[in-house]
Order: sequence, then structure tokens, then C-alpha cells
Amino acid sequence: MLPWRSSAARFEPTGTLPSLRLDQLRTRHVGPIDLCVVAGECVCIQGASGSGKTLLLRAVADLDPHHGEAWLDGEACSKLPAPQWRRSVALVVAESQWWSERVGDHFERGVDGAWMELLGLPGAALEWQVGRCSTGERQRLALLRTLMQGPAALLLDEPTGNLDKDSTQRVEALLDGYRRQRQAAVLWVSHDPSQIERVAQRRFALHQGRLEEDGFE
Amino acid sequence: MNAVALSPFDLAIAALLIVALAGLSLRLQLGVERQLLASAARSTIQLLLIGLVLKVLFDNARLPWVVLMAGVMIAVAGREVMVRQKRRLIGWWGFGVGTLSMFVSSFTVTVMALALVIGTTPWYAPQYAIPLLGMILGNTMNGISLGLDRLTQDAAQKRQIIETRLALGESWQGAISDSRHEAIRVGLIPIINAMSAAGIVSLPGMMTGQILAGTPPVEAVKYQILVMFLIAGGTGFGTVVAVSLAARRLFDERHRLRLDRLRLAGK
Repeated sequence: MLPWRSSAARFEPTGTLPSLRLDQLRTRHVGPIDLCVVAGECVCIQGASGSGKTLLLRAVADLDPHHGEAWLDGEACSKLPAPQWRRSVALVVAESQWWSERVGDHFERGVDGAWMELLGLPGAALEWQVGRCSTGERQRLALLRTLMQGPAALLLDEPTGNLDKDSTQRVEALLDGYRRQRQAAVLWVSHDPSQIERVAQRRFALHQGRLEEDGFE
Repeated sequence: MNAVALSPFDLAIAALLIVALAGLSLRLQLGVERQLLASAARSTIQLLLIGLVLKVLFDNARLPWVVLMAGVMIAVAGREVMVRQKRRLIGWWGFGVGTLSMFVSSFTVTVMALALVIGTTPWYAPQYAIPLLGMILGNTMNGISLGLDRLTQDAAQKRQIIETRLALGESWQGAISDSRHEAIRVGLIPIINAMSAAGIVSLPGMMTGQILAGTPPVEAVKYQILVMFLIAGGTGFGTVVAVSLAARRLFDERHRLRLDRLRLAGK
């Protein structure tokens, strides 16, 4: 039994839980963008390549210089030390990056066995050599690495980009559980319309630097 | 015994080596012939000029002149460090980081050696001060330019890794630490190699010069040991300071990696 399954937490936005709010955010050719992702909500963004989806997420994670402000609940990004902001508002990029040889060396706080299982990874995966993992294994491990820090908001840049159908479903299930249990705000960039159908409560298209809300057909 | 005086003809024979090497470079299309000849010509002119300058300086051994000379040496070394970088920090930082670190390390080490170890009177006696500073500066310059080059190249190549670490909430110090350690290590390799091989594989230049000029070998060896340690100290501290300053400059106050503060040489 996974922890969040026992609680029948449903999506219910409340003022006290951390919502992610973008206020006139501008970075290079993107913006100004206003957007609020409430606690426990998943908002998807699609757009042609080069439309600036990645730039937008990088600006929210404060990895690029930008104008405007991002808020997590009542706290402004610029008022918090950058590392603290990035632990709360965590960016997961499509191409996972590793710097030590052993997978486990990248996990400061160890890893949740139930999550490993849910992603179809054996417990021994922490002992693996990074160089011998497949791209898909690395991508799932990188997602776990971020989730272990318990971020209040997730910025996902094509988190299932290199995954097969089975792994994609596992990742979607894990993220869905995490979002419900922690009431995390999720901003998810995806180019797969059927995935967006499955995971998003609201969806936007990034077009010429502006967000345009799409209704579900 | 005095050194055998060299005639211009003797030097011309040695210069044939450079010409021959340039010819080979042309033949093998290595493309370094122009650089080789230019740097050989440059070193000839520079050395002849410095010979004259030193003669004047030794005849007028006054502190302001020695300081002026040392200042010029350090500025030129700072420029040399900058132009050797494939990716340079833009603005004054490109020149400033190397120059400041050399100033901190080479000056301190030289003054320490003059005042505490050799004990010349006056402490700034140019016969000691200028050659010592020159040797320490030359080596520190190498260490710093190797270290800085490695750091900036590494940061550019490992951009994604560094940004992933930042995105995981690491501070800039943590995110760059691997590159920083590697850069300092690379800067120190030449002097460590030189110390290990000294006397067995290579007879260091200064000692060779003294022996050629008639100094008893054991005296020459003592000076060489002193100089070796001074060089190691100057290079080591200089490289640590330079790499640390540059690493700091690669990030802004929001712990963002700012590769836009680097530019490729020639652009």
C-alpha cells in the first residue's frame, strides 16, 4: 500500500497550501506571462519547439536572468536564497545529468523504496554505475532524485520524453500520486496530446511568447 | 672561471634550429610556423631590451624604479594569462582575475624571500628582486592560465550538469566544486612534475645558468631549491586564488551559471 493511496486526498485548492504564481514573468522572447497553478493542480504547456517552453521553466526555476516575479504561496522567488527556492520549485529536465559514477551518490537522502518499485526499478539500482544505465532508467532515477527532496512545486520538461509506454505510465502514476499526496503544484511541458489529456487539469499553448488557454475538446 | 662570451654568430647558429623547425611546420602543414617565428623574434627583442633595462636599473637601484619594473612585469604577465584563454571572462575580469592573483601570490612570495630568506640590503636590491620575481611570475603565469583555461572550458562543457546540480538546490560552490578542484590540480601539475624531475631528468634553467657562469654547483643547487619552493608556493597560491575568483564570477548572486560572462577568444 502506497502512502498516498490510503488517504483519499482529492484535488481541492486551498489558500494555505503552496500555489505557484507567475507574475509578469519575462525571459528573452517569452512573456510577459501571468499564471497561477494552485496546490495539487497539474497544468500542461505545449508548444512548437523553439516556442520557449524550456526557457519559461528555467526562468521559473530562476536558472536564467528574467524579469517579473514568481511566487510560491506567499513567498517571492527573489526574496528567498536561490538554492532554497530551487529545492521548493524543482525543475526536472528531459535529459538527465549525472556527475558521480555510482547512482546512489546522487541521492543525498536515500530513496523511497515504494517509489522505486512503482517506477519499475529494483532496490539495487542505487548501486548501479550511471554509465551502464539506459537513458530511460537514468530519466526515471533523475525524477526520483528530485522527488526525494520533497518539492512543493514541480516544473517538468518532458519528463517521459525518452520512455517507453510502460515506463511512461509508471511515471505518470508516480507524479499523480505525489501531486495528490503532497498537494504539489505541477507545471508540465509535454508534446504528447494524449498525455496532456491524461494528466492535465488545465492546459495552455505557448505561442509567440504568450500562453493561450486551451479547452479540452 | 667566467662564462664564455657568446658572439652574435653563435646565436645565429642556434637560431637555425627555429628556422628549420618552421620549415618543417610548413612542410607538414602544422600551421604553427608563423607563430613560432614571431615568438622567437619577440623573445629575442624582449630579452635584448630587458638586458639594457636591467643594466640601467642595477645602476640606479632605487625602490620606485624597482616597483615600476615589477608593475610592468605583472601587467604583461596578466595580459599573457588573458590571451592564452580559449574562453575569457568579459570586461575587466578577463585581465583582472589573473593579474590580481599573480599580484597576491608572486609579490608576497618574492618579498618574503627577499626580506626573510636571502636578506639582501636593501631588501629590494634589483639584482635579486627582478630575476626572482621574473622566475616566480613566469611559472605562476603558467599555472594560472592552465587552471583558468580548464575551469572555463569545463564550466562550458558541463553546463547541463552544473545547472542540474543548481536545480537540485546546490549552491554555486557545490555545483562548480568538481571543476574547481580539477582546474587547480591541472594548474599545479607542471610545477609538481618539475620538482619531481629536477636534477634527474632536467637540470633547471637557473641552476644551469649559474653553473655556466662559474658558480660552484652546490651553491647553485641551494639557490635552485629555494627558487623551486618559491615557484611552487607562488604557483599554488596564485592558481587557487585565480580559479576561485573566476569560479565566483561564473555565477551571479542568484546562483545562476552565467556563461554569458565568457566569450570565445577571437570573437
